[in-house]
Amino acid sequence: MAVSVHFSAELRMLTGGIASLELDAATVRSLIRQLDERYPGIGERLTTTGMAIAIDGDIVADALFEDLPDGAEVHFLPALSGG
Amino acid sequence: MSRTHVNCVINGDEIDFLTSDGESLLNALRDEVGLTGTKEGCGTGDCGACSVLLDGALVCSCLVFAPEAEGSTIVTVEGLADGDHLNTLQQTFLEGAALQCGVCTPGFLIAAQALLDKNPDPTETEVRYALAGNLCRCTGYDKIVRSVLDAATQMRETTGA
Amino acid sequence: MSIADDPATDAPGYKWVGSRPIRPDGFDKVTGRAKFGADHYLPGMLEGHTVRSPHAHARIVSIDTSAAERVPGVKAVVTGADFPAVEGDAMARNVPHNSIARDKVLYEGHLVAAVAATSREAAKAGAEAVVVEYEVLPHVLTAAEATAEGAPLLHDDMITNGIDPAPEQPSNIYQRNILARGDLDKGFADADVVVEREFITKPVHQGYIEPQACVADTTPDGHTTLWVSSQGHFAMRDFSAQVLGWDITRVKAIAAEIGGGFGGKTVTYLEPIAIKLSAKAGRPVKMVMTRAEVLKATGPTSGSRMRVKMGARGDGKFTAAEIVLEFEAGGYPGSPVMPAAMTCLAPYDLENFSVEGFDIVVNKPRSAAYRAPGGPISSFAVESVVDMVAEELGMDPIDLRLTNAAVEGTQAPYGPKLPRIGMVETLEAVRDHPHYSAQLGPNQGRGVATGFWFNAGMNSSVVVHVNPDGTATVVTGSPDIGGSRASMALFAAEELGIDMELIRPVVADTETVGFNDVTGGSRVTHATGAAVVEACRLIVADLRARAAKTWDVDIDEVEWVDGQAQKTDGSEAPLSLKDIAGKWDRSGGPISAAFTHNARGAGPAFSTQVCDVEVDPDTGVVTVVRYTTAQDAGRAIHPSYVEGQFQGGVVQGIGWALNEEYVYGDDGRLQNASFLDYRIPVTSDMPMIDTILVEVPNPAHPYGVRGVGEVGIVPPLAAVANAVYQATGKRFTELPINPIRILEATMGE
Ligand code: FES
Ligand code: FES
Repeated sequence: MAVSVHFSAELRMLTGGIASLELDAATVRSLIRQLDERYPGIGERLTTTGMAIAIDGDIVADALFEDLPDGAEVHFLPALSGG
Repeated sequence: MSRTHVNCVINGDEIDFLTSDGESLLNALRDEVGLTGTKEGCGTGDCGACSVLLDGALVCSCLVFAPEAEGSTIVTVEGLADGDHLNTLQQTFLEGAALQCGVCTPGFLIAAQALLDKNPDPTETEVRYALAGNLCRCTGYDKIVRSVLDAATQMRETTGA
Repeated sequence: MSIADDPATDAPGYKWVGSRPIRPDGFDKVTGRAKFGADHYLPGMLEGHTVRSPHAHARIVSIDTSAAERVPGVKAVVTGADFPAVEGDAMARNVPHNSIARDKVLYEGHLVAAVAATSREAAKAGAEAVVVEYEVLPHVLTAAEATAEGAPLLHDDMITNGIDPAPEQPSNIYQRNILARGDLDKGFADADVVVEREFITKPVHQGYIEPQACVADTTPDGHTTLWVSSQGHFAMRDFSAQVLGWDITRVKAIAAEIGGGFGGKTVTYLEPIAIKLSAKAGRPVKMVMTRAEVLKATGPTSGSRMRVKMGARGDGKFTAAEIVLEFEAGGYPGSPVMPAAMTCLAPYDLENFSVEGFDIVVNKPRSAAYRAPGGPISSFAVESVVDMVAEELGMDPIDLRLTNAAVEGTQAPYGPKLPRIGMVETLEAVRDHPHYSAQLGPNQGRGVATGFWFNAGMNSSVVVHVNPDGTATVVTGSPDIGGSRASMALFAAEELGIDMELIRPVVADTETVGFNDVTGGSRVTHATGAAVVEACRLIVADLRARAAKTWDVDIDEVEWVDGQAQKTDGSEAPLSLKDIAGKWDRSGGPISAAFTHNARGAGPAFSTQVCDVEVDPDTGVVTVVRYTTAQDAGRAIHPSYVEGQFQGGVVQGIGWALNEEYVYGDDGRLQNASFLDYRIPVTSDMPMIDTILVEVPNPAHPYGVRGVGEVGIVPPLAAVANAVYQATGKRFTELPINPIRILEATMGE
């Protein structure tokens, strides 16, 4: 289950400048766990501070348990609401 | 606190209520008479949500002292329909989607009624100026103006004017 | 079936969806029966009155309520000391401390205490008898002042987030955000034309006509019933519980009709205060804001300072954009600078860009969401610069936008690839509209601008009941702010195959239906609507099963057509919904289905608008003489209310462009806290607003819905400014473009 992960400019401060990478992950939770192993601290940033996740373009808030389809493109971005 | 006894006719009914001297007609209608269709958007005469007809004249009820209503005849939004039969403006507002949240609607209906009572065949510009004292933040006014013009047309047709 | 694997059909052929029936709550709203926030009265009810800070920035030395408590009729007084202390940073203090100040007041109008009494006069007298001793502190009112060397700090523990390494000293900057991609240097090196400008906007208010209002009735065992006008009674319940330190079950919130919100009623102000007053007094308490309180203590959206630099090749292709956004958050952090950053370049396909945003606290009311929060502000700047680029290149502004337009698969500046969108369609719709080529008169000018908004999904819960007489009740928990009950009934009529008049849509209280997020983000028709569709589909499956039982056949032999169960081979007379409902108790019990979801698949929306203005050279007055807006609705469920959303957003945007602003004195006090001086557009200011409904269905919604509420307010600021430029030859980079600014710019000529 290879997925591609893309980091916003802000998150790149935590990845040492890496903008994107490929990982094997079947759920968002497992993806975040693996990222946190590589970049300690990023897990907390991704799960606690109003982040949303776009999976193949669909923005999902609270996506921790979400399944990741093979080949999915995952972007982390700030959570939003509207007026 | 001394209270003033006020007698008047509201929507065709003889009504009396007690009020204090500094109280607005708006608060008296809402708190004492229980007619909450008349709304407060500002309390300073700037929004028209509190519009009523006082002896046929369009007024902001937030600017009228309640004791001034002694002996008067008042029409509020609750008095526009005849039982379950809506008047023409109410009907065209519904059909024309002239309301979104609807909090400005009572004031617009009363102000539009006051206009059509005097001028049954207004131009778009006349409608816009007649309603310029009523604020609506939802609709952008387009559908309100159209609905008033529609009502005028329908009312002229039924009266054969 | 989940919503995601149920692609929208392009086939119209709907019976109800897309029609324009009278809305179910309409009768109540034209006869004065509808109960808004202030329209609830209870026996023994007390009136609340507030004590607010007269200072923009001060330390509260002491509060003495003893005299207030002795005022005849006063039954309860509360101050910050009546509420639990808050641990954490400025963001954690935001909701509780903005509801009622503790040690400091951060803006004029900040709530300090409140009084409940047997009459308005007594409550007012009580409030006046509360003695607050302040130590007045120097204040900062703008991003520039707040970030100046040695500026007084609002929160002395605030360390800017998003800077590496973290600063050691506190400041008034809560957060720095950055969105970036590509290579700016290369992008600008490739450019044949580069335009750079600074822009300034002022705070503006949502301007809903109904002030905040609620009634709280707290029983001696500490449970409360809250009647509240808001965009989310679940949110008001949860905020109240948070501020009070209560279990959520102790608050039951009932949604009153809401008289406008536009984002401003997604946050709490009076609710926990009224609940606490009611608890202390043992009686119901009503609190209603005055218009001055609304303007001083609620909303507004941020003022800003922005710098935009864009480059383009000779053929119009954008090569780079570099943007810095500084947004005033008000007293607590949380300006919409991030969505502003994410939206302003989203209409375009752009390789190299950087958008840096700063969330800056100032001594003004805490900002609240306002329709497409942040989008109009940053788009004013970007769309003005796009207009300048078009002029430098000698290109038509719509052609320039078409050259750069985002399409399906374009990587949005905020990260992901865009799904099917209607950006190009809105541009073409305006270009091909007769308005765009109509002749202009003297002193007139024409401007265009475009805008983007994400739209939202979020959480919705609904229940649908079929009644024994063949009618249905659709229960949602999404406050109806502009006709959504009509849309819910239309969806249900379409799915169940019965007349819309047989369907009663209701907005239930927080104990009657599952959680619903606020009515905001243009999400209700999408998310709550999709939940209604799914619940109705569960009902239809149930009805088919009951028909199959009746005929003693397999369910596969029963289909649902036009509100009837039909046997596929036609060997039985069809059973209508009413037939089946009439025998509910003999076929399996009540017919009812619930559906809850965290909705996915919100479809991004675009709007392109064209505006004609006429500028009076003597008075400087700008009149909008013609306006046309094209917006992608995905699918218009009730087209009249979709048009109404387009028109309402445009007119708010025109007010923002031409007239609305918060005006502060040197004392840090708001100078125009009334509808007389904070002047929103009135009927006679406006022309008709022509609407073009573009329908590029959202593939992730069963009926193709995109949100329609928000994006309409994004383009008008720049559309108006660009039109004023064409009329006067002067480029206005500071809002509002009022007569004074026009005359200052055009005099001396
Ligand atoms: S409430 Fe009377 S004019 Fe606004
Ligand atoms: S319909 Fe909401 S203010 Fe007019």
